[in-house]
Amino acid sequence: MMRTGLSALWSHWRRNPLQLFTLVAGLALATALWSGVQAVNAEARASYDAAAATLGDGQYDQLLPERGDLIAQKTFIALRRAGWLVGPVVEGRIGAPDNRVRLVGLDPLTTPSGLGPLGDAATTGLPDYLEQLPVYANAATAAKLEGLLNTPVVIDADIAPDTAITDISVAQRLLGMDVQLSRLIVAPVQPIGRPPLAEIAPDLIRRPAQGGGDVGRLTDSFHLNLTAFGLLSFAVGIFIVHGAIGLVFEQRRGMVRTLRALGMPLNRLIVLMAAELLALALLGGVVGVLLGYLIAASLLPDVAATIEGLYGAQVSGTLQLRPAWWLSGLAISVLGTGLAAAGALVGIARMPLLASAKPRAWATARGTARRLQAMGSLALLAVAGLLALAGEGLIMGFGLLGCLLIGAALLLPPVLDRVLAGAQRLATNVTAQWFWADTRQQLPGLSLALMALLLAMAANIGVSTMVSSFRLTFTGFLDQRLASELYVTTESAAQTAAFEAFVADPARETLPLLSVDTTLADLPAELYGARIGATYRENWVLLAQAPDVWTRVAEQQALIVNEQLARRAGLWVGDDLTIGTGLALPIAGIVGDYGNPIGQAIVAEPLFRDLYPEVEALSFGVRSETPQALRESLIEEFGLPAQNITDQAQIKAFSLSVFERTFTVTAALNVLTLAVAAFAIFMSLLTLATMRLPQLAPAWALGLTRRRLGQLELVRAVVLAALTALCALPLGLALAWVLLAVVNVEAFGWRLPMFLFPLDYLTLALFALVAAVIAATLPARRLARTPPSDLLKVFANER
Amino acid sequence: MLLSVKALAKSYPGADGPVPVLRHVDLAMQAGETLALTGESGSGKSTILHLVGGLDTADSGEILLDGHDMTRLDDKGRAAMRRDAVGIVFQQFNLIPSLDVAANIAFQARLAGRYDPHATQDLAEALGLTAQMAKYPEQLSGGQQQRVAIARALAVRPRIILADEPTGNLDETTAEDVLDQMLALVAGTGAALMMVTHSRGLAARMERQVHLRQGTLE
Repeated sequence: MMRTGLSALWSHWRRNPLQLFTLVAGLALATALWSGVQAVNAEARASYDAAAATLGDGQYDQLLPERGDLIAQKTFIALRRAGWLVGPVVEGRIGAPDNRVRLVGLDPLTTPSGLGPLGDAATTGLPDYLEQLPVYANAATAAKLEGLLNTPVVIDADIAPDTAITDISVAQRLLGMDVQLSRLIVAPVQPIGRPPLAEIAPDLIRRPAQGGGDVGRLTDSFHLNLTAFGLLSFAVGIFIVHGAIGLVFEQRRGMVRTLRALGMPLNRLIVLMAAELLALALLGGVVGVLLGYLIAASLLPDVAATIEGLYGAQVSGTLQLRPAWWLSGLAISVLGTGLAAAGALVGIARMPLLASAKPRAWATARGTARRLQAMGSLALLAVAGLLALAGEGLIMGFGLLGCLLIGAALLLPPVLDRVLAGAQRLATNVTAQWFWADTRQQLPGLSLALMALLLAMAANIGVSTMVSSFRLTFTGFLDQRLASELYVTTESAAQTAAFEAFVADPARETLPLLSVDTTLADLPAELYGARIGATYRENWVLLAQAPDVWTRVAEQQALIVNEQLARRAGLWVGDDLTIGTGLALPIAGIVGDYGNPIGQAIVAEPLFRDLYPEVEALSFGVRSETPQALRESLIEEFGLPAQNITDQAQIKAFSLSVFERTFTVTAALNVLTLAVAAFAIFMSLLTLATMRLPQLAPAWALGLTRRRLGQLELVRAVVLAALTALCALPLGLALAWVLLAVVNVEAFGWRLPMFLFPLDYLTLALFALVAAVIAATLPARRLARTPPSDLLKVFANER
Repeated sequence: MLLSVKALAKSYPGADGPVPVLRHVDLAMQAGETLALTGESGSGKSTILHLVGGLDTADSGEILLDGHDMTRLDDKGRAAMRRDAVGIVFQQFNLIPSLDVAANIAFQARLAGRYDPHATQDLAEALGLTAQMAKYPEQLSGGQQQRVAIARALAVRPRIILADEPTGNLDETTAEDVLDQMLALVAGTGAALMMVTHSRGLAARMERQVHLRQGTLE
């Protein structure tokens, strides 16, 4: 009986391959975008875990220099002698400038066990290890190191991307850091009674585990962003699936009635239908996961670039097939099908055997259901308003986005219905009256697809407004930050002094780039020493400032911090920030610092040199009225290699190219979501067209030609798409505001001004209209060519 | 006794409370007997057919079909009776649109586990459907579709065939042909036939006629 029942159910798909395609394609698209994003996230997290496992990032307390960026080896020895269980770490970069590898040196005897291959070497093959002193790296990094080292490279797939681990002595030699260390890892269990840190090493500070350096936590917001996009795409795909399943179940009402009349028990029929859907969900899921893999593989290099650009974290650029994500892809496909089909299955379970078998496919939802939908949407929009006024945190930001988008999508059909009713009242021509009335009747059948289009367009407007606002702000920011006409790198302290003397006359201003990595307000940060002059005073635009900001900074009475540090540390103008032992200065200004992953503080150059006398500037910005001439004299007279001089345009172009690459992922997801929505409209129109004859035949019989009916079908699609585009505009702008003013601040630490781009919106609207015309062309053509005999059958009741 | 209906009552909900459709109906049929149920629209003819076929449930009364009390069976039990003991022919044919003629004819027999390809072929030949076996319902005329429905009902070798206005959608000549074939085939199987019809001419061709008026038998 099961086989016979299944064969009857499957026969529907054989006879309606288009519906089968719609359902499987909808599921596949929904799953593809979701699982693609999940694959990217899984790969990135695996990279962070590898970094944490091999480098101890965030796992252990660490001792860092309070000033400068190096620890003397004798301090480490003093700590060990005093009973402190600490392990030394040396860190630096090697390789070509465009292909750098992070080299980390560890001591196998004092490094906490389980921390990468060196931690294990101490307990397993120490004699072999000491004999060879190899460098450990994954295959891709090992390839980059080829020819750079004279020690053997051991391939270890678990090592973080672009990172190589080796013995501390090897790293010190390769990095030129003789008897110097970068940081010390503190073992979790320490002997009782050891002297306090301040007594043995007063120049070191202790950063607790899980601090700001925990890359996984730092990048959570970025992955949450991607996940939100994946969910949005999934929701758009599920709209298609819901529409397809609803239509199929409606069309099979007659079959269900007949099957039951012929003796198929209801519960068995439900089980068969559920099994049928499960099989389709798995089929769609498998296709979706495969597509997702392709999407993820193509997006991953850009995601890796984005994460490195935004957070300074390394992510492997190659994708592995991880069971967790493809299983989750299949699961989400089954879950989505279940969600989309639950209502239809319950409807079948409750349908009396003798209920009308006539398909009421996508019957017009009137009365209570529509009122409930409108009330639900208004409630969601009200919640969104409350969250915007009172909520805090990234999760709240996404909650606000969810309420806003779902509320607006649910409100779309009632709004369109009111607009169409108004148009019907205003119409004087009988054809126009019929057109508006008929369009209203089609609305329930198209509402899911139109809601999908609304979401996709709003997401597009919102995200493109955010990215374009960011681009404008970033370009302005580059103009103020990259004011110097030339950027020069020197190679030694002696050359630096000679260089400063050489350019003192021809250059208007010389600006040394002095900085150290440090910890400010318990957060990893950079401290800069700035030569305050006309360039800073004239070019830097501050987000907030006290009076005489630059004068006070120049007089060493105040400092400036970037927005990230201010927001993360909860500081603002007027608050004090400690930058060295016992030295706290008030914040006189907050500067926008877009694209920088960590906090920054800027003090006057003399103060910086007092605090860090060992730090020498090897990079300079040079202001000049005649940059080309100065460049030539630096090369020919001073003898600086040409590659040590970069002009402003080159740096700006490079920065902008990094920016564009950063948002390639967003743009790709945007386009994919819009394509899915266009597909939803196409499939809805195509399936709806197969059921339109009973509605169109009377209009044909009363004098409208088939050609005219086909034209009106096209116009209908354009009108509905145009109205949806109109509704998408305010929604998209609201979305942009939430992204810029709420999500960005929580996720990245900076707030961007919002700009409007009317031409972009117009282009998008035109794209939507063209998509609607393309989607409606095939159904309209079919309608225009329907043989009169088929139309007559409607009246002969033979259909 | 194949069918025994006693004190059968059924009402449907109406705007002003339940509307009685059948009131205390008693009816009996022997195996192989043919019976016409006639009456005006709304008199309850189809309702009797639905209750006997287990498509609907009675408010009160008893329906003994082939020794089983249909009124005491649950949904699963009624489904089993429909599948194994009853053949139903509807006015609207109710074929499965996505199955071809051959699969439609065989469908109920397969459900009941009684599919016999030779018998199915014989039925198709007897009803003039051999050339249509690979076609789909939408490609058939009304008369042909009803022949398929009759073949489907007979292929399961039921104890009783319930036909609800089986020729209501057909022209007069076609209706005559279809009825001739149905009666001949039913006679050959030994099944009982209960047919709802408005037509006095068709009713006259049954062995017994029962007239319903406002939910009671005359």
